[in-house]
Amino acid sequence: MLDIRDLHATVGDKEILKGITLQVNPGEVHAVMGPNGSGKSTLAQVLAGHPAYEVTAGSVTYGGMNLLEMEPEERAQAGIFLAFQYPVEIPGVSNAYFLRAAYNEIRKARGEEEIDPMSFADLMDEKMKLVEMEGDMLTRSVNTGFSGGEKKRNEILQMAVLEPKLAILDETDSGLDIDALRVVAHGVNSLRKPDNATIVVTHYQRLLNYIVPDYVHVLANGRIAKSGGKELALELEARGYDWILEEAVA
Amino acid sequence: MQSYLAGFEAFTSNGGKDAPQWARSLRLSAITRFEELGFPTTKNEDWHFTSVAPIAEREFEPLVGRGVVTGVSRADLAPFTFGGDDWHTLVFLNGRFNAALSGTTSLPDGVSVMPIARAYDELPLLLEQHLGRIASIDAHTFTALNTAFINDGAVVHVSKDVAVEKPIHLLFVSDAGATNGVAQPRNLIVLDRFAKATVMESYAALPGAKGEYFTNAVTEAVLADGATLTHLKLQRESELAYHVGTFDVRQGRDSHLVSFSFAIGGALSRTNVYTELRGEGCGATLNGLYLGDGTQHIDHQTRIEHVEPNCYSRELYKGILDGSAHGVFNGKVFVHPAAQKTDGKQTNNTLLLSEKAQIDTKPQLEIFADDVKCTHGATVGRLDETALFYMKSRGVNARTARELLTYAFAADVLETIELQEVKEGLETAVLQRYTTEG
Repeated sequence: MLDIRDLHATVGDKEILKGITLQVNPGEVHAVMGPNGSGKSTLAQVLAGHPAYEVTAGSVTYGGMNLLEMEPEERAQAGIFLAFQYPVEIPGVSNAYFLRAAYNEIRKARGEEEIDPMSFADLMDEKMKLVEMEGDMLTRSVNTGFSGGEKKRNEILQMAVLEPKLAILDETDSGLDIDALRVVAHGVNSLRKPDNATIVVTHYQRLLNYIVPDYVHVLANGRIAKSGGKELALELEARGYDWILEEAVA
Repeated sequence: MQSYLAGFEAFTSNGGKDAPQWARSLRLSAITRFEELGFPTTKNEDWHFTSVAPIAEREFEPLVGRGVVTGVSRADLAPFTFGGDDWHTLVFLNGRFNAALSGTTSLPDGVSVMPIARAYDELPLLLEQHLGRIASIDAHTFTALNTAFINDGAVVHVSKDVAVEKPIHLLFVSDAGATNGVAQPRNLIVLDRFAKATVMESYAALPGAKGEYFTNAVTEAVLADGATLTHLKLQRESELAYHVGTFDVRQGRDSHLVSFSFAIGGALSRTNVYTELRGEGCGATLNGLYLGDGTQHIDHQTRIEHVEPNCYSRELYKGILDGSAHGVFNGKVFVHPAAQKTDGKQTNNTLLLSEKAQIDTKPQLEIFADDVKCTHGATVGRLDETALFYMKSRGVNARTARELLTYAFAADVLETIELQEVKEGLETAVLQRYTTEG
């Protein structure tokens, strides 16, 4: 599904990713972990097409397509979804209007009919239950004045509506209390299907108690320093990141 | 200049001859003052960014001398009435009151809404007490000019403790018959103690208004103690029109003013919103939205005078400028020495959609009291790239994302309009202007 080969990326003059190679297959959950500054959020942003990052070497193939040549909206229309670490506030655009616009664009890209507002409202009712959101969240402006937990839940709501093939969660657990974390994780788990995949970017192992990964990769200094199964996350929790950094240097 | 002086001679012996003596004296002193002041140049600090040469160089003929407009129906006015068929509406066509298109039959007791000519007879004391006493002719050429030609316009009076539920709409419409003419509407709004009303002034053009014309309007408002006035001004003149409009308010103790100015039309427009908070515990909220394109010039000047302690003022003006449009915002807040505990906040945000669009923004705070909380700020910018990326990352096309963000920028201040029909109507208008799907 996703094939990343020797990916290098810079922001300004600074190289952040220094050769990432990673394959993700349908049905898999990959956790990308690492200390601050290791490049894990950059990897997420580059996959979504953030214009601040320049890819200087390597390739990313997604569903047989050259992902790096696609605009952010084309990537989304092809089934990639990035849950932002810091969801953006858009005053003046209601959540419902925004989501319906996005949903219809993605339907169009799939060759499906646009949905009418009534049917969309029914769909929203169903999806909002999944993340335990109240109805007034739809009429409020996108993320504007939302608490940290509301913003993250809103990200998962968007994900639930847009039904991506590849979901990338960028530190979705940051700033969440345990109850909000459970809600968010429940949402993500409910959306898992045999034909879609998830990349979970996180600093802490805590989230992985709820979203159980098939593979864990540890980033250090722009490279994958170590990969393993879910037990690797537990080891990181117990021992910290330093031993990985030392191994990487050695 | 000469055309106005000559026009004044004709006016005093024709259309304006029936006014009471005090009004005729007022007009006479005003035309004298107008002649002394002349049109302002850009050396005048208040007009530094706006040249009125296009107005000064043209010879507009007073519309009062022309025949009454016929053939306009209520259906023609529908685009400007927001479905408010049961509102209290006075319609003026090319500056002249039109009784057939107006409707004020359901006014509650204690409320008067009438054209100025009738008010001379029915509310003589009210008029003599207030007309020309608020909007100063001393330093304001256009107010002097308007005052010299006081003849038509609306008088609104709400008695003590009366709350007018439905909006009062003063609708000034121009059509082809306004070409090369000048209308000088003059309105007076008086709210007695604890009275409450919503008054909307609209300046609009029918599809036939293809020629140049000039509207020079002045509205004075008096808010007695505890009164609440919501005032909306919608400037939707034709693209060749010139518009100068002044709204000048005096506020008594514990009174509240909520003003919104929407400016979208005209080749050159200037809107002045002035208020003096003359009692303790007053509040003034001045919001506005200006949308410019092509070679439009859209200027707003606001002035809030905090005279007494413990008052607040809130101001949010936003603008979207495209093409080679030129916007001006000059917001003054004066805090007098006695006005301790003043709480003032002023914000002006402008979104520039093209390289050639420009804004001159000048927020001014002058504070002479030492225990106050006043802030002001202005931003000029382009669309937020982070927000654009966020929307695109959800599959929204780049163009749609830009359109939605532009709309959202404007909707943010339209949200503050409490009158639902107008809020939604303007949101729709803005949505249609900036989005392809509407």
